[in-house]
Amino acid sequence: MAGVTYREALRRALDEELARDDKVFLMGEEIGRFEGSYKVTAGLYAKYGPRRVRETPIAEEGFVGAGVGAAMLGLRPVVEIMTINFILVAMDMVVNHAAKVRQMFGGKVGVPLVIRTPAGAGAQLTAQHSQSLEVMFAHTPGLKVVAPSTPLDAYGLLKSAIRDDDPVLFVENLVLYNVNGALPEPGDDFTVPIGRAQVVREGRDLTIVAHSYTVRRALTVADRLSQHDIEVEVVDLRSLRPLDAETVIESVKKTSRALVAEEGWATYGVGAELAARISRECFDDLDAPVERVGGAEAPMPYSKPLELAALTLEDKIEKAARGLLADCGLLAEA
Amino acid sequence: MLLIRRFEERTEEQYTRARIGGYCHLAIGEEAANVGSIDPMEPGDYVLASYRDHGTALAVGSEPHRVMAELFGKATGVAGGYGGSMHLLDVERHFLGGWGIVGGQLPIAVGVALALDYESKPNAVLCQLGEGATNIGAFHESLNLAAIWNLPIVFQVINNRYGMGTSVEMASAEPEQWKRAAAYRMHGERVDGNDLLAVREAADRLLRRARDERRPALLETTTYRFRGHSVADAGKVYRAPEEVAEAKKHDPIDRFVAQMGIDAETVARLRSEVNAEIDAAIRQAAADPAPDPAGLYDNVYGDANWREQFSRMERGGPFGEREGTRAWRA
Repeated sequence: MAGVTYREALRRALDEELARDDKVFLMGEEIGRFEGSYKVTAGLYAKYGPRRVRETPIAEEGFVGAGVGAAMLGLRPVVEIMTINFILVAMDMVVNHAAKVRQMFGGKVGVPLVIRTPAGAGAQLTAQHSQSLEVMFAHTPGLKVVAPSTPLDAYGLLKSAIRDDDPVLFVENLVLYNVNGALPEPGDDFTVPIGRAQVVREGRDLTIVAHSYTVRRALTVADRLSQHDIEVEVVDLRSLRPLDAETVIESVKKTSRALVAEEGWATYGVGAELAARISRECFDDLDAPVERVGGAEAPMPYSKPLELAALTLEDKIEKAARGLLADCGLLAEA
Repeated sequence: MLLIRRFEERTEEQYTRARIGGYCHLAIGEEAANVGSIDPMEPGDYVLASYRDHGTALAVGSEPHRVMAELFGKATGVAGGYGGSMHLLDVERHFLGGWGIVGGQLPIAVGVALALDYESKPNAVLCQLGEGATNIGAFHESLNLAAIWNLPIVFQVINNRYGMGTSVEMASAEPEQWKRAAAYRMHGERVDGNDLLAVREAADRLLRRARDERRPALLETTTYRFRGHSVADAGKVYRAPEEVAEAKKHDPIDRFVAQMGIDAETVARLRSEVNAEIDAAIRQAAADPAPDPAGLYDNVYGDANWREQFSRMERGGPFGEREGTRAWRA
């Protein structure tokens, strides 16, 4: 179990799936000779050539649509969108087409397509390059959305997504690319199932639910609160659609308190969805209303102090957690 | 062509009898453009169309009964009643769909051509679109991709002169659609879309070229829709009666009959056969069963594991379909 970066985990999954199945091919801007804007596809063009690693012009609607068409004929395209912000110009192909094909055509044809793209913020990329838009897609029946937070899950979920017969949006994160973690030995054919959350830290006092990079922040907050004899359980959703509500609800039944943290805007977000489900399933178990925290509901500003104020940083999550715990008498003061 | 004409006339009638719902776009007047381009398709070729797709379905050979059953929303329809008028398809005959968003089928058709090329198949794609679709971004992205990747695809612009009520002159800075191909160093040409033989000759030649030389092309077929944009549009406020009357003088069916010297007796016999076939299709479709609402979610996903994947999403769900009491009331 050698330690590798999240980026390398993705690259290795792509490499192994390309080697395993000739129907798998990559398509996207700068993924070939340039080796990817974030270098996830480094070395793959040299190894597999232009047929399997297809470089595209800047035409997201065109090449995402081409991915849908190729998938309808049984190929397994893995399309890279340089960052999730640019998927908006391909929204018609994702929401009106990829998500609809199977049902609209009476189940006669499907779309085994993967769209990989990083979300996230924190590098002063400003309003048009710092969004976490995954809930827009998680809202849409016909799509599946996964957003792993560790190299291991990134590796295992990307393999599952490529082998899945439905369209999957695979959400990466700019800040996660350099995070290290263990991977299985080559040849293990390890995968992570879509639609399964994971309890990544056990606790008794509060459940914090998160996905993607925010899981790491939640774990930091859990460490900090343990110094005050508060044991936080952290649930990594890993998939947003299908949503593993079961794991969240079982955790909240145990801890009686829930906080949902997300990098995107909280209004109509993952926390909103989970709060509704938790309130329904855990009404008698809850010690306090479900709390949620997300990014500032303003376009992301450039200047570092402004950006820091807008992000869902550890301090913001901790403050929400402490307030909730203080309300319940578990902390003397928030 | 007679089959399409009669099918569409009866479709219009059935719509007014409320057996057909939703949007419904007829191909009356455009029969030669459909038949002439689809006839030279070879086994292994694919065709995609816009939402004006009844003619495409019938031209590829889909059974009129199953097409009408789809319009009626019946389980026996070509899409099981899930698609309706705009989303016909026939996978066995390589008709990959009528598509409802203007021009949405273009990038997808490029992907189908890409898949043929990827697997070294000696076939081509025919992508039909209306002239109203040539002003969207996806048109330009698709032509560019097809050209830089040397894909085997023929874009057929069925120019019926109006996108809903907006004339091609109002909508397109270059109303001669075939010229737009030049921007992508792609072969473009225009033929009289009411002349079945001319459409067939051009489509055959361009599809061959796509198959054999991996060169895409744009074929503009000029025609006219005799009816409104959809059955809900009388097609009169934006077109002068004289214009419609003039266009009907160039009826593609009459023209073909004259070109081939087909005698009146033969035409009458064919009309009568077609009428009987459509009659039977309507009767059968009307008697067919509706889809079972229990199947509402059956085709949203299709992966073998999808039910397992979604099994943990039920708790606290918003579907309003759950049985049993609310636990917190207990």
